[in-house]
Amino acid sequence: MAAAEHIARPSASSHVQGDRRRRVLAVRTGLSVALVLAMLLSLGWGAASDTQVIPALLTPLGLAEASLRDTVIIWDIRFPRMLTGAFVGASLAVSGAVMQGLFRNPLADPGLIGVSAGAGFGAVAAIVLGGLLPVAIQAVVGYYLVPLAAFFGGWITTIVLYAVATRGGRTSIATMLLAGIALGALTGALTGIIVYYATDDQLRDLTFWGLGSVAGANWDKFWTALPLIVACLIVAPFLARSLNALALGEAAATHMGIPVQRMKNIAILTVAGSVGASVAVTGGIGFVGIVVPHLLRLAQGPDHNGLLINSALLGAVMLLVADAMARTVIAPAEMPIGIITAILGGPFFLWILLRNRNVVDL
Amino acid sequence: MIRSIAFLAAALFASATHAETYADASRIVTVGGPVTEIVYALGEEDRIIARDTTSVFPAEANALPDVGYMRRLSAEGVLSVAPDLIIARSTSGPIEAIDQLKSASIPIVFVEDTFTAEAVIEAINTVGTALGATEKSEALAADVQADLDRLAAKVSDLEAQQRVLFILSMDGGRVNAAGSGTGANGIIELAGGINVMAESYSGYKLVDAEAIIEAAPDVVLMMDGRGNHSGRKEEVLSLPAIALTPAGQNDGFITVPGAALGFGPRTGQLGLELHDSLYGGAG
Repeated sequence: MAAAEHIARPSASSHVQGDRRRRVLAVRTGLSVALVLAMLLSLGWGAASDTQVIPALLTPLGLAEASLRDTVIIWDIRFPRMLTGAFVGASLAVSGAVMQGLFRNPLADPGLIGVSAGAGFGAVAAIVLGGLLPVAIQAVVGYYLVPLAAFFGGWITTIVLYAVATRGGRTSIATMLLAGIALGALTGALTGIIVYYATDDQLRDLTFWGLGSVAGANWDKFWTALPLIVACLIVAPFLARSLNALALGEAAATHMGIPVQRMKNIAILTVAGSVGASVAVTGGIGFVGIVVPHLLRLAQGPDHNGLLINSALLGAVMLLVADAMARTVIAPAEMPIGIITAILGGPFFLWILLRNRNVVDL
Repeated sequence: MIRSIAFLAAALFASATHAETYADASRIVTVGGPVTEIVYALGEEDRIIARDTTSVFPAEANALPDVGYMRRLSAEGVLSVAPDLIIARSTSGPIEAIDQLKSASIPIVFVEDTFTAEAVIEAINTVGTALGATEKSEALAADVQADLDRLAAKVSDLEAQQRVLFILSMDGGRVNAAGSGTGANGIIELAGGINVMAESYSGYKLVDAEAIIEAAPDVVLMMDGRGNHSGRKEEVLSLPAIALTPAGQNDGFITVPGAALGFGPRTGQLGLELHDSLYGGAG
């Protein structure tokens, strides 16, 4: 497993720690301001550039009168989209940070525990086979079929993987990694079978789903996904101390009195729920989970105490900015957000690989 | 949730709502190649302010703002051009965007799309009614119907039908051919041919070499205008799988314009052309 010292240096002197704490606070303040700005940007900027933002915001309160079109744009399109983007970005980034700490691998992301592969399979199955369901069921599930299938696909895959890797109450991270590869191949093959039977229209849908988009956000979806994402955001900071200890190895962490197994349970389940919910709402959005924690480690050091909350903030900012670009770059059409995060994230990821060439065996 | 159920119900009965007329609409977004084409064919193109990515005919349509791929519309993108009417193929989406457009009270007229002659006529009438241009649309429908009738007459006179294999693409010698439920299948049947893969599967799929030999097509059909395809005929016919079929042995290779695969106002004309190239134009 790759360099533990990259993740945490608990032996640092108190002088260095004080310095780090100040830096964490400075970063957090900066990111909080950036988040507010990004949210304003997300509300105020879009393809419909002539929207009367402020009157539309006030209309439901009876304080102003804006056209129906503007009110719909602000309240039914941009508002749920802004909140979804912020929470999904935070969820992906925090999950990435937790996974990197848990797997003690700087290249880990939620895909390692099978969520993405499982969710992808669920979504593909729903897109292609959904039409075969009885009309009565389709009418009830409606357009929640794909998100639901993605969520349960991701969740079930993680549970299976977790069960495979757990023996005698101990979860082997190495087994989980390897079993994840096997399960990934299996879901990939099943996905392939379904793709084979897809029509041309469905193939286009599948491609776009894989590239992700916040465009499909609406209030119903947002409220459905919110509890799982919030649970992860609340739980994650409490894992910080354990993740720091885990950087020294499982045995060392156990000797330090960390309930390692319980922590693994909590981390894996909350991340699976949160990422599953995120992916279900927005489709696959790459690289946020990897890029954000690494950027922050470079800026403020590897201590999880400062890392997790700042990851949430930076993840939210990054996704909001990427989404603002997604909806304006080729307006009135829209670019899938996965393309934008990957264009920004791909080269950065490559740079991380090059920088870690001595520890990541190429 | 209730809204989504209402929408699904509306979508299910979309075909029953043809009678909608928006004669005053002057800022129309057209979604789907055939829809845009029909509006142009009716001479009402001045009322279009934006179109989707699949609307590339006639060439002037390309100058209009593009609201994105028809199944990935962005609600805000569409609203940004301030439309007062949207005419869209019934397979447009995603549902979320359609839902949001409806909540902004933008009327949407759906045009059924299936790959049959009847659907073309129905689409012309639906669009004509929506535009309040029924006189023009009746004339256009009559023109198209005349072509289709002429074609049907020719087809019924045929003594033997040609067996056709439509190849969408060939990647490294692997043949991607049209089954049932495709535009290619529709135009082949319209022109009086038999799609050899129609009974095997639906959609476009990679086909095994032996299955092609077994299907014994008389003619290989491909789309023209795909950039550099000099020598493509030789390349296709010399594939081991094709070389053993009647098509390979008798030089049976023809092409159709890509537009033949999307059913619109030119379908009758394109069907006649395909019929002529299949049967030597002796009609």
